[in-house]
Formats: sequence, C-alpha cells, structure tokens
Amino acid sequence: MKIAISISGNKLDSPFDPRFGRAAAFCLVESETGEWSAHENPALSASGGAGVQAAQFVAQLGAQAVVSGAYGPNAFDTLSPAGVEMYLAPTGETLSAAEVLALFKAGKLNKTEAATHAGHHGGAH
Amino acid sequence: MRIVVASGKGGTGKTTVAASLALVAGEAVRFLDCDVEAPNAALFLNPVIKTRQEVGIQLPVVDETLCTYCGRCAEVCEFHAIAVIGKKTLVFPELCHGCGSCTLVCPEKAISERLDVLGVLESGRTPSGIDFAQGVLNVGEPMAVPIIRELKKWDTISLRGEISLEATSALPGRSLRLEERSPRDDIEIRDAPPGASCPVVETLRGADFALLVTEPTPFGLHDLKQVVEIARELGLPAGVVVNRDGIGDNAVEAYCAAANIPILMRIPMERRIAEAIASGQTLIDAAPEYRARFRELLESILARAA
Repeated sequence: MKIAISISGNKLDSPFDPRFGRAAAFCLVESETGEWSAHENPALSASGGAGVQAAQFVAQLGAQAVVSGAYGPNAFDTLSPAGVEMYLAPTGETLSAAEVLALFKAGKLNKTEAATHAGHHGGAH
Repeated sequence: MRIVVASGKGGTGKTTVAASLALVAGEAVRFLDCDVEAPNAALFLNPVIKTRQEVGIQLPVVDETLCTYCGRCAEVCEFHAIAVIGKKTLVFPELCHGCGSCTLVCPEKAISERLDVLGVLESGRTPSGIDFAQGVLNVGEPMAVPIIRELKKWDTISLRGEISLEATSALPGRSLRLEERSPRDDIEIRDAPPGASCPVVETLRGADFALLVTEPTPFGLHDLKQVVEIARELGLPAGVVVNRDGIGDNAVEAYCAAANIPILMRIPMERRIAEAIASGQTLIDAAPEYRARFRELLESILARAA
C-alpha cells in the first residue's frame, strides 16, 4: 500500500509536518517494501486552494492513504472521492516520518471520516 | 476624470472627503461607492435608489456525460477551484474567481457556466443631483472584486437609465462618448474600500488620480505607504489629504515630502466636525467654509491629473 506522509524535509527521517495543504513535502512510502521517495508539495506557495492542489498531487502520486495532522474541507472533499484514506498522526510531539510510518504499520493511527477543521480564507485575499 | 478616494487604514475619512468632493463637483458627477463590504456613502448623500441588479461571477458547471477527465481545467485554474480526481471533476465554488479559463480550455466543451450571485448593484440620484451607484456584497461572500468590476462599468448615462446597461458595455460606443466629454464635465468619484488588497487595487485600476486620505499617526502612515505603492504600480498620480490634523506626529508630512507626494488639504481635528459626521451630515454642510476648500482641492486634482 502506498502511503503519503506530510513532512518538512526530503528524507524518511525528516520531521513530520502536521499541515496537509501547506506541508513542505510528502514522503511516499510503499508499506510492504519500505521503498520511499520524497516529493515537494506544489501547493506550498499557492495563493489559495492549497488543500485541493495537494490532494490532487498525492492522488496523482498513487497514494492510497495519507497521514497528516489535519484536513480542511476542500482537502477532504477532494481526497474522499479519490478513494484516498486520511489518517491522523499526533501533532503535539516531534516525530519523524519513519516514526509516523511505524505508528501507521502498528495500526495506531486513526482514520478521519470528516474534515478536521473549517476552511481557511479561500482565494479572496 | 476618475478620482479614487482611498486610504489604506480604515476610518481615516475617505467617505467624508469623497462625499464633499462630489458635492462641489458640479452637474456631471457620478459617485461610485466601491466599499462593497460596507458601503456607507449613501448615509451622507441620501440617494433615491431606483434600480437594483444582481451581480456575481460565472461558475463552471461540468457535464459529466461529456467530460473525459483529461484534467486541463484543473491545470489551468490558478485558484485550484476545479480538481480532476480519477473519474470525477470537482468544482469548489468558494475558490472560483469566475475567470472562465476552464470553460475556454475544455476540449470537450463539457463546461458551461452559471451565474453565482455575490451581491447587488444599486443606483439612483441624490437630492443634489449626483448620479450614485453602490455595490453591496452579500453577507458571508468573500470576494468583493467581481462586484467592484461591474460597478465600474456604470456611467452617468446608464445610471440615469437613458440607455440600457447592455448598450453601455458595448465598448466602441462607450469609449466614443467618453472621448467627447471634457474631464471637467465628466467626473467620477470612487469611494474605495479600506486596506491595500485586491478590492482596493480593482477600485484604483483605470482611474486618473488617487486621493489618499490619512491621519497623522503611525497606523495612518503605515497603510498610506502601501496604497502609495499600489498607485505607483498602476502609474496613477496621487495626492494626500491629512485628516484629524494636529493629532499624532509629523511622520506623514515627512514621508510625503520625501516621496514627493503633495498634501492637498488638511482637515484639523475638531469636535464639531466629528459630531456632524456622526449625525449624518457632510463636511461641507457642517462647516460651509470647506466648500471653497473642496473646490480648490478638485481644481488641484484636475490640474495634476491632466
């Protein structure tokens, strides 16, 4: 299973980034083989709609699940029809992507069935 | 001659200045309240509203029977308001700016558009003969720019209902008519929203002069600088009105001197003025000696923008 973890670096031991749309990058991991690759998030500098763009990006990467710290309504509404499952990792502590992956494999992360917070300001400036 | 009264900081006296400037501008003046989130010039100018028209943006509607999920619409959308995920094309109305790019690029012609109403344009005349129009953004809508854009298309003739709006949007006839007028006979005053973001830029775009009302405080100065930058970017000549003169410090004055921006008027901090404005009077009604000063201000703007 391919999992995208939001990170703020480009390695498997880079820190987990609890933001989804504005994460610096995503670490794409094949959970069976442990094969991984890092991908810069194109939505990082979007003026608006970052959640939508990041969601399309991880879906195009082929991720079947995402692990992040929060999902806004637009990210949720884009990831759901794409069939990408959304998992929540703890945001309070400093974890690496590898540690988040271990929690995921151990079945310790919860799936969210709804957006975890209200939207940001859209593109209104 | 299109004069925008802007400020950056809110509550510096834009509407106070704009309303009195309109009142001394003579016969052929129109007033556009572009502060569509909180239009309040009508409180001072008391127009009788005769027309109302809903305005908004065109939202894409995707015909799923024609869509091949090629993703061109999502690629072209600068605001990520449309997303293609597998066999689904999703539209996010609150992100859409109504630019129409997705409709244009769709190779299957699968996208049509529907009007998403964001607010209304209202127009009428004031008792003193000013042609007046204002945009009113619906509560909860985040996007003011489309309303301001529509509001700016109104001119004196359409405001008076002598020809229809459809006719005025036909550009050739419109520009011909505007060319025939001298700047003095065709004055438009736009009361800008506060701030220095997109709605202010849209209000300033296409204008001839930026009249910047500020107060001599660090807040006033900070935001004044931002609007000066916008006016410069748009190539507009600018002048400053210092309101509540006498409070704060001399930094606005020093800045204007250094930046070579003329201070065209000073309105001292006076309780009688504040009380009159608070009761809905215009400045020149409350303090008639300002009538001549506003005429001089207008002449000065006409000379500088010419």
